[in-house]
Amino acid sequence: MSNDKLKDDLSLEALRNGDRAEFARLVEQYDAFIYRLALRIVGNPQDAEDVLQETFIKALKHLSEFDGRSSLSTWLYRIATNEALMVLRKDKSATVSLDEPDDNSDDEQEPLEVVDWCCLPEETLMSAEAREYLDKAISELPPTLRVVVVLRDIQGLSTRETSEVLNISEMAVKTRLSRARLQLRQSLSSYFSQQFGLEN
Amino acid sequence: MTQQKPSCHELISSLSDFIDGELEAELCAKIESHLAECQNCRIVVDTLRKTITLYQQTSLETEMPNEVRSRLFKRLDLEDLLNK
Repeated sequence: MSNDKLKDDLSLEALRNGDRAEFARLVEQYDAFIYRLALRIVGNPQDAEDVLQETFIKALKHLSEFDGRSSLSTWLYRIATNEALMVLRKDKSATVSLDEPDDNSDDEQEPLEVVDWCCLPEETLMSAEAREYLDKAISELPPTLRVVVVLRDIQGLSTRETSEVLNISEMAVKTRLSRARLQLRQSLSSYFSQQFGLEN
Repeated sequence: MTQQKPSCHELISSLSDFIDGELEAELCAKIESHLAECQNCRIVVDTLRKTITLYQQTSLETEMPNEVRSRLFKRLDLEDLLNK
């Protein structure tokens, strides 16, 4: 796992045998990571806490079925991601699927905003308003793109790990990540150019 | 036969992999050569990198409140094992 703090140095046998202390260690090792993952996908603290709780309740219930083909962390992230997507489905009353085809038709070929805002001072780039705008831009990404950018760029999983969590191909991860990043860049470019009168 | 240079339009979908260093050497060299001549694409690459840095920075500052962990342990009937 890319994140050094996340290592499966837990006893799977003890977990499967219902060892409470070992399960508490598992929770302590992964809860903050899963909370942040959930918060970024669902967008509000209450739903993120619900996702966190449901993830570990399901893990506890199904640990005996964990076959070890993936790492324990991948298995937990998969449960958490599915729980988070369930929340989005309830909110939107619409289907949110990870299996949507990767439409390579040119939505990333829309006209690009070419404004150089990298030169803006750091305090401007990281202002409360800019952060709020960026948070909103992430929350407005389609769920299929949002989960990839959260797992890959924010949580630091590799392309392979992300593909295992989402059960999609590595190529699909790369395609969705590219689309998500370009959309977020485009949003920030529009924001900074409007705020500071930057021109092409 | 002269190899045709890729256009800005053709390179856009490869920029994400380019930033991650996950492109094959030949395409990487084409992009670097293109960037040396195209200011607009340099801006796109720079702002793309900066965008990623910004959302990574803001996300890292998100911490789980202690009371969320307390409620989680309570829900899992593990309260006696919290912080042990």
